[in-house]
Amino acid sequence: MRHSLCILAILVSAGAMAQTPRDFLTRFEKEAAAPAVAERGGRFFDATHGNDWSCSTCHTTRPTQPGRHAKTDKTIAPLAPAANAERFTSPAKVDKWFRRNCNDVVGRECSAQEKADLLAWLLTLK
Amino acid sequence: MKTWLALLLIALALPAWADRFSVPKHAAFDEECASCHLAYPPQLLDAVSWRALMENLPRHFGVDASLDDNRRLAITDFLTRHAGRGGSTTSSGKPLLRITETPWFRREHDEIAAPTWQRTAIKSPANCAACHTQAASGDFRERNIHIPKRGTP
Ligand code: HEC
Ligand code: HEC
Ligand code: HEC
Repeated sequence: MRHSLCILAILVSAGAMAQTPRDFLTRFEKEAAAPAVAERGGRFFDATHGNDWSCSTCHTTRPTQPGRHAKTDKTIAPLAPAANAERFTSPAKVDKWFRRNCNDVVGRECSAQEKADLLAWLLTLK
Repeated sequence: MKTWLALLLIALALPAWADRFSVPKHAAFDEECASCHLAYPPQLLDAVSWRALMENLPRHFGVDASLDDNRRLAITDFLTRHAGRGGSTTSSGKPLLRITETPWFRREHDEIAAPTWQRTAIKSPANCAACHTQAASGDFRERNIHIPKRGTP
């Protein structure tokens, strides 16, 4: 009984949580109150922002490829949804990594506009 | 008899005498502490060190590894329950945060010359898996050690 309740709870929350990359793009565009510009996202991804690292330092300039953590060398699965179906499907995961990685690269959290641009660009990669 | 028992207890407690650690399964630890590096076996630091490390995740060895409080506390509980003995501190009396700075780590690795750690295929002593090919499963046995030559100065 306990078990089936647990499983039910997981199923219900998974159903409510599961999202697609497009859902995230819609959310970020709505928060920014402006459409995404993919090309600007691509430039943001490859540039440094006052610190040593860019997004591409760990995720490579072609994020359909696997990356490597700049400090620990650990392999990182591709970031582009076309190459990795798990990307941009969990709000908790997406929010957590945007917070951490923008802090490390930009020294602050990324704005909704920046997140919209970045994701729009990642979605252009095939 | 008493001394034997004490010795036995010390032997069991000292990670330096072990070469295999069972890394107990824990969903939050597996997900949160193995994304940037391998899941370091909880036995390799003492509870005081784990607590100090877990209280400063936003500034974690030069990266932001921040977590929500629920997960952070659950993982802290897991790590301290499986922690090793140690009690070593820095010269200024703070708990050590790095496994690679503990006395037993230094002792086990005292044959490795300084330039070896710098090789591009190793980069850092914290990169256990560069040499311990089965480190991700907690296996540090000698037969599974292979020191890579790439990037030899
Ligand atoms: C120091 C290395 C590093 C840098 C720099 C970095 N990342 Fe990451 N990123 C990671 C790691 C590690 C993960 C998590 C591992 C995994 O999920 O495979 C990750 C995961 C992510 C995710 C999670 C996506 C998902 O749904 O799984 C996003 C989004 C992301 N990064 C965006 C960025 C952006 C944007 C930048 C630049 C501002 C950036 N990263 C810079 C290492 C880095
Ligand atoms: C965002 C990436 C990231 C995440 C997430 C992360 N770490 Fe780390 N961790 C690092 C980096 C970078 C280092 C430094 C590696 C080096 O010096 O070569 C490190 C080092 C360590 C060290 C010291 C290794 C040594 O002995 O030198 C320990 C212990 C550690 N991490 C534990 C954890 C635990 C426990 C968690 C989960 C709560 C965690 N880490 C999550 C990036 C991360
Ligand atoms: C440069 C390669 C290298 C790296 C990196 C490295 N080690 Fe080792 N390690 C060795 C060697 C060589 C020995 C000595 C083997 C011997 O003499 O039995 C050893 C011994 C050990 C032992 C004792 C094994 C035994 O047989 O008793 C443990 C435990 C261990 N290492 C853990 C670690 C951990 C944990 C890390 C990462 C935090 C690490 N090592 C990083 C090369 C390395």
